[in-house]
Amino acid sequence: MSDTVTVTIDGAQVKGRAGQTILQAAEAAGIYIPRLCAHNELSAHGSCRVCTVLVNGRPQAACTQPVADGMIIENNTEKLTNMRKAIVEMLFVEGNHFCMSCEKSGNCELQALAYRFGIAAPRYPYLFPKRDIDFSHPDIYIDRNRCVLCGRCVRASRETDKKVVFEFTGRGAHRRLGIDAAADLADTDAAVADKSVEVCPVGALMRKRVGYAVPVGQRKYDHKPIGSDIEAKRA
Amino acid sequence: MSKPKIATASLAGCFGCHMSILDIDERILQVAELVQFDKSPVDDIKKFTGRCLVGLVEGGCATEENVHVLEEFRKHCDILILLGDCATMGGIPAMRNMVPLKECLEEAYLNGPTVYNPGRVIPNDPELPLNLDRVYPCHEVVKIDYVLPGCPPSADTIFQTLVALLTGKPLDLPYELIKYD
Amino acid sequence: MSNTNKSTVKQICVRHGKDRTRMMDIVRDVQSALGCVSSEAMDAIAQACGTHRVEVESVVSFYSFLGTKPKGKVVIRLCHGVIDRMHGSETVAAFEKELGIRMGETTPDGLFSLEWTACIGMCDQAPAALINDQAVTYLSTDKVKRIVEMLRADPDPKRLVRTYGDGNNAHELVHSMVHNNIRRRGAVIFGAYERGSALRKALAMTPQEVIRAVKTASLRGRGGAGFPTGMKWDFTRAAQGEQRYVLCNADEGEPGTFKDRVLLTECAEQLIEGMTIAGYAIGAAEGILYLRAEYAYLKAFVEAVVAQRRKDGLLGASVCGKAGVIFDIRVQMGAGAYVCGEETALISSCEGLRGDPKTRPPFPASKGYLGCPTAVNNVETFCCVPPILEHGPGWFAQMGSSGSKGTKLLTVSGDCSMPGVYEVDFGITLRDVLKMVGSENAKAVQVGGPSGQMVGPEKFDRKVCYDHLATGGSVMVFGPERDVLAIAAQFLEFFMDEGCGYCTPCRVGNVLLKERLDRILAGQGAPTDMAYLQELGEVVKMGSRCGLGQTSPNPVLTTLASFRGEYERRCQPAHSRHVFLPGFDIRKALADSESIAGRHSVVYSE
Repeated sequence: MSDTVTVTIDGAQVKGRAGQTILQAAEAAGIYIPRLCAHNELSAHGSCRVCTVLVNGRPQAACTQPVADGMIIENNTEKLTNMRKAIVEMLFVEGNHFCMSCEKSGNCELQALAYRFGIAAPRYPYLFPKRDIDFSHPDIYIDRNRCVLCGRCVRASRETDKKVVFEFTGRGAHRRLGIDAAADLADTDAAVADKSVEVCPVGALMRKRVGYAVPVGQRKYDHKPIGSDIEAKRA
Repeated sequence: MSKPKIATASLAGCFGCHMSILDIDERILQVAELVQFDKSPVDDIKKFTGRCLVGLVEGGCATEENVHVLEEFRKHCDILILLGDCATMGGIPAMRNMVPLKECLEEAYLNGPTVYNPGRVIPNDPELPLNLDRVYPCHEVVKIDYVLPGCPPSADTIFQTLVALLTGKPLDLPYELIKYD
Repeated sequence: MSNTNKSTVKQICVRHGKDRTRMMDIVRDVQSALGCVSSEAMDAIAQACGTHRVEVESVVSFYSFLGTKPKGKVVIRLCHGVIDRMHGSETVAAFEKELGIRMGETTPDGLFSLEWTACIGMCDQAPAALINDQAVTYLSTDKVKRIVEMLRADPDPKRLVRTYGDGNNAHELVHSMVHNNIRRRGAVIFGAYERGSALRKALAMTPQEVIRAVKTASLRGRGGAGFPTGMKWDFTRAAQGEQRYVLCNADEGEPGTFKDRVLLTECAEQLIEGMTIAGYAIGAAEGILYLRAEYAYLKAFVEAVVAQRRKDGLLGASVCGKAGVIFDIRVQMGAGAYVCGEETALISSCEGLRGDPKTRPPFPASKGYLGCPTAVNNVETFCCVPPILEHGPGWFAQMGSSGSKGTKLLTVSGDCSMPGVYEVDFGITLRDVLKMVGSENAKAVQVGGPSGQMVGPEKFDRKVCYDHLATGGSVMVFGPERDVLAIAAQFLEFFMDEGCGYCTPCRVGNVLLKERLDRILAGQGAPTDMAYLQELGEVVKMGSRCGLGQTSPNPVLTTLASFRGEYERRCQPAHSRHVFLPGFDIRKALADSESIAGRHSVVYSE
C-alpha cells in the first residue's frame, strides 16, 4: 500500500502522506489554511474551528482531520472565509481585547487573522465580560481578558514542559483557563522559560518586563499577513 | 456647484484620531479642494450649517452628550465613518465596562490611591452630562456606514479613504493600513 | 479541612483504588460525604491519586451536581425545563416562600439549598424536582408546603414518598413516587420478554451471525442520530485492541425525553440482556451503564438486576454456562451534564475526565473508552436487541417505514391530555401522534428536543422517522397561547448552560444568539435581526465540533423557518424621533447614572 495520498484543495492536486492532517498536507504544499489553536509543535486540539474546511462537502477541522486519498477539500471560498471571519469576530467580542494597549499587538495571531481577513469591526456586540488577571508569579502573568481558550498552553505544559500547570475548568460560557493551584500562578511550577508561555497566540500568557520590545513597523504582522510564510513556499 | 461638506467630532476619545487627520499634512489642501469643513474641532464650527456628505466620528459613547452628538451627526451626514478603536469598540474608556458605574465613580473620586478630594464630592453639576452605564461602541447606537480602525488610524488611511469617497473611486486599503493599534 | 475530613477523602480514594479513571466516583462520593468538593479536598484527592489538583478541579467544575462550596443537607433542584416552567412558576414561589430563601441560596441553618437544574426527565409529571436523589413530581403550592414541613421534621427525602408510582417505582429499591405513564405498548420494547431466552439464542450463534441479524433487522440508534447499530458493532469488533467495551448511554438529557427512565424502571432485564448480547457480538468482557445523576434513585435497583443476573449465570465468567464468554457490567454515575449524552463526552466522563467530547477521528469503535474499541448505544437500542434475536430480524424489519425499521418510543409532554410514553411504529404522522395524545389545537410541536425542530401545523402531516422528523423520543406540544420565540430563547439558554465550551462557535455563538433573541423578545427587534440570526445560526451549525454544538442553533433556525411571522411581527422598524438602532435603549443606558446623580437627563427625558 502506498504511503502517498492525493487530495484536491480548491481544485489543486496536493500530495500528502498517510497520517498527515489536512492542515499539515496543505502547509507542506504551500497552501495556508487559517488557524488559531493549532501549533506545529503541539498535538491538535480542534477547538477554535478557524481551520474548518469542507471535505467532500462536509465541514471538518483541518487540524484534526487526517488526509485520505481522493478527498475533495474546499478551503479558500467565500462561504468558509465568511465563517472564519465570524469565528474570529466571536473571539474578539467574547473577551476584552484592547489591542491599543496590549504588548502582544503586532505579534498577536488573533489580531493577525483579523488583519488578514480585513475585519474593520466585528458584526457582533461586545460582551465586555468580567475576567481576572493573575499577576502573582514573579516572571509571568495571565490576563484572562485576552484568553481565547485555544489550549496551546495546556498542551505545551504537558507535552513539552512535562508539567501540568494548566487545564480547563468550568464549562460552557464559564469555561476558563485553570491553573494547578488554589489561587495563584506563583504557587504552580510554571517557569518563565516554559513552552506554554511562548506558544500563547494572544496576550493572555505573557512574560513580565518585556513590554513593547519590538518597535511598531518591525513586528511580526506589521507588513505581511499571517500565513504569508507558508504561501511563499508554494511552487 | 458648491463643494460637499465634511464634519468631524470627538466623543469619548483622546483627540488622537483628530491629530491623525492633521497628520495628513500638506495633503489637507487636496482634501480642502474636494470638501468644505463644517462642524468640527478643526475649524471650531460648533453647529451644523447644513447637510454634510461625510461625518467622521472619533470616540465611543460614554455620556448622554456623546450620544446626542452622535445622533446629530447621523441626522446631518449622508455617510458616517467611525475613526479609530474607541468609536469602534469603546477603546480605553471602555475598560470601565467591566465595573459598575457607581464603583467607577467611587474609585475615580473617592477611593483611588492617588485621589485628593477632601470634600469627598463626586462631581454632579447639572451642566455635566450624565454618564452612560457603560461605554458603547458607536455602531451599537446608530447606523454606521464605514469603520476605520486603528489607534489612531494612520493619516494615510484617512486620506486615502476620504479621497476615494469624494472622487467616487473604489477604496482598496493595502494590508498595512488596517491596524488596531 | 479537618483531619477527619481529610481521612474521609483519603478513604474514598482508597475505596476506588486511587484510580484517576474513577474520578467521577471519587468526587461524587466526596461531594455526598462532605457536602462539596472543597479546595482542600481537591488537593487531598490529587495527592492520593497521584494526579494534579487542576485536573481534579477541571472535573469538579464541569458537572453541575458537584460544587466547591458547601450546599445544604437537603438540595432541592427544581427542573428548569420548558415544560416545567410552563406549569411551574407558582412552585418556585412556593419553595422560596416556604424556605425563606431565593433560588441559588442556602438556608442559614445549612439545611436546605434551592437551585435550578436542567430537564430531569419528568416532563410528563411536571412540575417536578429532585430532592437529593429523590424525585418529587406533580408539584403544587400545597404539595410544596407539605414537602418542606416534612423535611423540616425529618430531612430524609426518602420519607417524602407516601404513595408509590406504578410498576417497579413501588419496588423497595426504587421507592419512588414517579409514574411510568406508559400509554401505548408496541411489539418490540413492551412486547413479551422472556428472561435469558434471546441471550441463549444469541450464544448459539456466532458473534458474526448476531451482528448480521442486527444488520438485517436494520436497527438504527435510538438516541436520535440513527447510526446503524450492526455496522457500529462490526467496526468495533474489527478494530484492534486488547479489550473491548460496551457502553450504554443512559445519560438521557435531551429535554422532553424520559423513555430511558421508564426503560430502566420497567425493562432493566431486557436492557442488560441487550448489552450482554452486544458484548458477545463485539467480543467485549466489560460493559458500563452510564446513568445520569438525575436518575440516581434507580441505581440500586439497576445494580440489583445486574447482581441477580450475575447470580443466575446470565452475566459473569461464563455467560449461560458457555465457556469463554465473559461479560459483566458496572454502573457509572454521571454528575449533571447534558453534553455527556454525546458519546465521546460520555466516554471522557467514564474515564474520570471532564465531559468534553473527544476529537474524531479516531471514532469510539476504534479508540474509545481508555483507548480501546468501544460500542456506545442508547438504552432503547439495547432494548430492541433481545426481541430481534427472539423473533428474528425479518419480524422486526416489517415494522416501521423504509429506512426506519421497528418501533420508537415517543415521550410526549406539554399541552396534551395524555402525556407519557408511547411505543409507535416508525412512520406515524405527527398529526396522528397529536390525536393519540389528546392534543386538539397544538400551535407548535418541538420534535427531538431543543436540538430537534419546532414544527408548525402546516407540517403536521410529516412522518416521525429518521428521514423526516427525527427524534430520540422527545415530543413537546405547545398550545395556541404559547410564545414559540420565548420557548426558543429558553432552549438557547439550555445550550448555553449545558455546552462544554470547548469550541468557539457553540461557546460564543449561542450567547450571541440568545442576546439577539432576548432583544427581539424585549420589543427591540430590527428587520435585519432575522438575517443576523440566520447567518449566526448557520455559523454555529457548520463550525461546531460535536453534535450538540451543530444542533444547538436549531431552536432559532427552525423557528425562523416555521414561525417566520412571529419574528416579522416583532422585528418592525422602530418609529422614533431618535435615530437609534433598535437595540440601543438610551433610557436603560442612563438609569444607573440618574439614580447615582439624583437628577434626570435633560436631553433624553423620555
